[in-house]
Amino acid sequence: MSDHPSTYVPKTGIEKWLDSRLPIVRLAYDSFVDYPTPKNLNYWWTFGGILSVCLAVQIITGIILAMHYTPHIDYAFNSVERIMRDVNYGWLIRYVHANGASMFFFAVYVHMLRGLYYGSYKAPREVLWILGCIIFFLMIATAFMGYVLPWGQMSFHGAVVITNLIGSIPVIGTPILTWLQGGFAVDQATLNRFFSLHYLLPFVIAGVVILHIWALHVSGQNNPAGVEIKSKEDTVPFTPYATVKDGVAIIAFLFLFSVFVFFMPNSLGHADNYIQANPLVTPAHIVPEWYLLTFYAILRAIPDKFLGVVAMFGAIAVIFALPWLDTSKVKSMRYRPVMRWFFVIFVVVCLGLGWCGAQLPDAQVIPGFPSFNLIDGQLNSYLWLTRLFTLYYFAFFLFIMPWIGLKEDPLPVPASISEAVLAEHNKKKG
Amino acid sequence: MKSLKTIGLKTVGALIAATVMASAVPALAAGGAQHAHEPKEGFSFTGPFGTYDQAQLQRGYKVYREVCAACHSMNLLSFRNLGEKDGPFYDPKFKNPNDNPVVKQIASEFEVADIDSETGDAITRKATTSDRFPAPFPNTAAAAASNGGAVPPDLSVITKARHGGASYVYSLLTGYKAPPAGLKIAEGQHYNPYFPGDLTSAWSGDHKHVPAGGVLAMAPPLSAGQVTFDDGRESTLSHQAADVAAFLEWAGEPKATLRKKTGVAVLAYLLLFFGLTYASYRMVWRGKH
Repeated sequence: MSDHPSTYVPKTGIEKWLDSRLPIVRLAYDSFVDYPTPKNLNYWWTFGGILSVCLAVQIITGIILAMHYTPHIDYAFNSVERIMRDVNYGWLIRYVHANGASMFFFAVYVHMLRGLYYGSYKAPREVLWILGCIIFFLMIATAFMGYVLPWGQMSFHGAVVITNLIGSIPVIGTPILTWLQGGFAVDQATLNRFFSLHYLLPFVIAGVVILHIWALHVSGQNNPAGVEIKSKEDTVPFTPYATVKDGVAIIAFLFLFSVFVFFMPNSLGHADNYIQANPLVTPAHIVPEWYLLTFYAILRAIPDKFLGVVAMFGAIAVIFALPWLDTSKVKSMRYRPVMRWFFVIFVVVCLGLGWCGAQLPDAQVIPGFPSFNLIDGQLNSYLWLTRLFTLYYFAFFLFIMPWIGLKEDPLPVPASISEAVLAEHNKKKG
Repeated sequence: MKSLKTIGLKTVGALIAATVMASAVPALAAGGAQHAHEPKEGFSFTGPFGTYDQAQLQRGYKVYREVCAACHSMNLLSFRNLGEKDGPFYDPKFKNPNDNPVVKQIASEFEVADIDSETGDAITRKATTSDRFPAPFPNTAAAAASNGGAVPPDLSVITKARHGGASYVYSLLTGYKAPPAGLKIAEGQHYNPYFPGDLTSAWSGDHKHVPAGGVLAMAPPLSAGQVTFDDGRESTLSHQAADVAAFLEWAGEPKATLRKKTGVAVLAYLLLFFGLTYASYRMVWRGKH
């Protein structure tokens, strides 16, 4: 917290010399050693640390991959396979990078849902939340462009589908599309600029992450009780308490990461992306990576292409507005008996949308079950299941959040973090 | 607010039920291909500890060389790869595969195009271990012209580029059968229940029972006795298909054995590290909870 006075005392001569010129050791000490963290943080709070690890892993492996990759439509695919075969431990670096993207998104979704459940977006943390939303948006852009780089069938046709969405904007869509693609089709110019931007954006993300952590250290961390820090009794110093807990979680996360990298490295990818891009052959079924399926499903739920694009971007934009959509005075859903159920539905709906995004829209949800045609689709189809889920997705933010916040009778909130910890301790003892 | 809570609970229940139903019965696309399966004896390389069977890779290379290579390129492979660790002709006596006499011998059996550095003339010369496998056709147009308009796909990463991997290759090669009555097969096309496709338009029978699979330009390439195995293994269709599928699996993922071995060590290390860190966590937090 900003009002927390610095307790750093430079001991050695060089530390004293540096401290009076650039107090960088002081900054690190105050931020990661002495920084007071609420003592009731649970394991859901370790995902911030996990995400920092993910970003570092992606940047380091990415820089090495860029040393061997060729951003040319004739050589990109083969240069990636050359990394797998002829670069020392290239297979490891590439599989870590490819699976790292999935791990990064898995962690960011947990991190966001944690913020949603415990009300971490509420005052005074609105800017912290928005910075997080910006990071998420940049991650989507970065991941999408990264997926194009191996120049496989799914890379190419995915890039065609997604860039063409821009073309559906009335009047200005087509010129923007041409500008974005660097020509009239996805081609060499597109691949080359995607490579350039894919290298640039992670550093932009790193910059916003610094702002995100800065904002976090100004407002202080939220916690499962959702009540602010009131006294020193409520906190423990970041080191060793939070560092060791984050360490446990990071190692467990790396274990999961390693299972994918070493034993099922292609299970999260699509077989078609091992076929070199061919503009003349369109894959039977174009799907994005799993972590974007939820938004892809929302895009397809709307009968009009442009409105579909609006809905897809709206689904991300609405997250930015969350701090002003929630009307409840209580932060943590632990004390919101009604809202927590709508939260559970929301999680199920997001997973459901992801599932629907991977299905053919016309396929029957319940095979053989009779249905009828309604707005250009059979009722018993993934199209309509997706529409139902999409409706809930938006209703959750735009109606349920504001409405339940006003109507609900929250449970009594503990007076302080210490009291919450004590109550839990007594409950465990019985 | 009691009623709100009940509504919430009921909706959760309904949604979970819907999701479970949706996931339990995956939608069947029209047609679809028959599910690929392994050979009866299985593949040695499946599972977290599976490794390549070198004898099988050698037999598989022979099937590729004598049958597949007539039409299919393998552009990503060099002859030296054959003698690398875990490869078909790896010999611990020759850590550098370029010194491996078997690999040298194999390479020298091929002619590759080159430019005479003295005169600049286009020439052919004997391949060396560092050369790539030469492609059977000079370009895709020539490949298509010789194969009824269909370009035989490059086989370098075919097991990663198809759902089912090596099992798919095995199933396709052994799965050719006469088309069911009512299925119209065009001249130069061949029916295979494992080939992904949609036969709805070629099917004159009940539209609810369109046969699985698709048609492809490749005629059944393997038959019993076609390749003589040097190690005396009986040359059945299944054996040839299994061996070449294993060879292609290696070609697509030559570092798989090293990857899995590294993985076991990494997981063991992480497990140990986790135990130590968790113990430290318990010690540090004692009395704070």
